[in-house]
Amino acid sequence: MISVLQPLGRTFLSFLTVTGRLAIFTGNAVSHCVRPPFYPRMILRQMVDIGYYSLPVVGLTAIFTGMVLALQSYTGFARFSAESAIPNVVVVSITRELGPVLAGLMVAGRVGAAMAAEIGTMRVTEQIDALTTLATNPFKYLIAPRLLAGTAVLPLLVLIADIIGVFGGYLVSVYKLGFNGATYISNTLEFLEVQDVVSGLVKAAVFGFLIALMGCYNGYHSRGGAQGVGAATTNAVVSASILILSFNYLITELFFAR
Amino acid sequence: MTLANALPKIQIRDLQVAFGSNKVLQGVNLDIAPGDSLVVIGGSGSGKSVLLKCILGLLHPQAGSIKIDGEEVVGLTGDELEAVRHKIGMLFQSAALFDSLTVWENVAFGLTQGEKMPRQEAKQVALKRLAEVGLQAQVGELMPSELSGGMKKRVGLARAIATEPDIIFFDEPTTGLDPIMGAMIDKLIVEVTQAAGATGLTITHDMASARRISNRMAMLFEGRIIWDGATDQVEACGNPYVEQFINGRPDGPIEMKIQDHFG
Ligand SMILES: Nc1ncnc2c1ncn2[C@@H]1O[C@H](COP(=O)(O)OP(=O)(O)OP(=O)(O)O)[C@@H](O)[C@H]1O
Ligand SMILES: [Mg+2]
Repeated sequence: MISVLQPLGRTFLSFLTVTGRLAIFTGNAVSHCVRPPFYPRMILRQMVDIGYYSLPVVGLTAIFTGMVLALQSYTGFARFSAESAIPNVVVVSITRELGPVLAGLMVAGRVGAAMAAEIGTMRVTEQIDALTTLATNPFKYLIAPRLLAGTAVLPLLVLIADIIGVFGGYLVSVYKLGFNGATYISNTLEFLEVQDVVSGLVKAAVFGFLIALMGCYNGYHSRGGAQGVGAATTNAVVSASILILSFNYLITELFFAR
Repeated sequence: MTLANALPKIQIRDLQVAFGSNKVLQGVNLDIAPGDSLVVIGGSGSGKSVLLKCILGLLHPQAGSIKIDGEEVVGLTGDELEAVRHKIGMLFQSAALFDSLTVWENVAFGLTQGEKMPRQEAKQVALKRLAEVGLQAQVGELMPSELSGGMKKRVGLARAIATEPDIIFFDEPTTGLDPIMGAMIDKLIVEVTQAAGATGLTITHDMASARRISNRMAMLFEGRIIWDGATDQVEACGNPYVEQFINGRPDGPIEMKIQDHFG
């Protein structure tokens, strides 16, 4: 009996420890985001890193998603001769769900991993200690710029992904399925509501924060050389992805479940 | 002189640090007078790095007191702690250069970030510091990954002295260097600390280096300072632990706890 309960208790305790540590880390990090001094150079660099360099991968994801959406809904809707609903389906799915979630997951893989690896390496090579001894707070210099940049840039990225995704749907509908281009666009705009886009952008901001938070947290607490950094990288991507999917549900519930 | 004796630069009393059940420091007492150069010797894992990290406020001791210029450091946070850290320069064992910044930006980091000096002015100071440790201006434009181990140590040294701290820590400054480069680093350490009138605290395993750098030595063993005194008396100190350590004899009172790790 004891041999069964012991590992359970141990897992539960370590779960509590991690949760507590993460809560303290988050509180600390956010408080440094809102108090000066700020490091505009660092924030700008992170924005370029997170946003600009993610454009190709997010753009490709979006265009293929838009294309496949149009194709799939056509094969489905043609049975009920409801093809005219395709622009509607494409734009609503992209702006509400697929744009933010897929962009978030792609950025988590690309940026979250890179952040964890960079900060983790700085930790195990004593660079974070060195920062501290040079009278620079690592939360201010390393973590706050990443959180701010992640939160600010992901909505922009998702806005672009939305446009590219709709364009992908347009391409397939017009050039493969024989829709009229002008009608497709006017249908798209007619069905689109402000709330669809806004909810997607709110999601994006939250996801950007979560990705940066997980990258920084796992990197900052990595231990034990290259292996520790590797584990931190994996954890950053996995935890960010899971958090993105669960927060996606929560935010959807907040916006649309009435 | 009497004043200097009355007020040590660093005063450590009954310092205790434990990680879980691993009691690393169990009551360290140590005084370092202004202008002294003290070397702490001790076996691997005896807690030497932990001692430095406590003084810097990177680790929090379970008990004890650390005073710098008479001011208690343990328990300080925020701006007060940063003010204390500002007095201290540190050369890390691995040099710990920021690998996203160029060499001169590394050296100037404490000036541009900590003291808000304009970049151009800080660059001039950085190049001057690099020259002091025997590196040319071209090296300033390189990235740390392009340097050899000895050059990294020198850049780390230049960075540690750039803000002209009162106290400089050196964590194993010559480990992993060839004997000639090691001797050069030792010479630089003596020169820069004396030129600045700074107080030095060095950790090393290298007895030749320890003799060159220090005027005082202390030995850390089983969580306590078991001996400290003038460097020229270390041979004749009569402490069997110290004698075994400085002569590197495998048998003596210090037993390497190999069984503990594998038993
Ligand atoms: N952050 C930490 N968490 C847990 N244990 C630690 C930590 N830092 C150090 N220790 C433990 O404290 C002990 C002393 O470590 P320390 O790094 O001070 O040794 P050292 O005297 O500097 O050795 P070396 O000469 O090999 O560098 C070791 O047993 C180590 O496992
Ligand atoms: Mg050490």
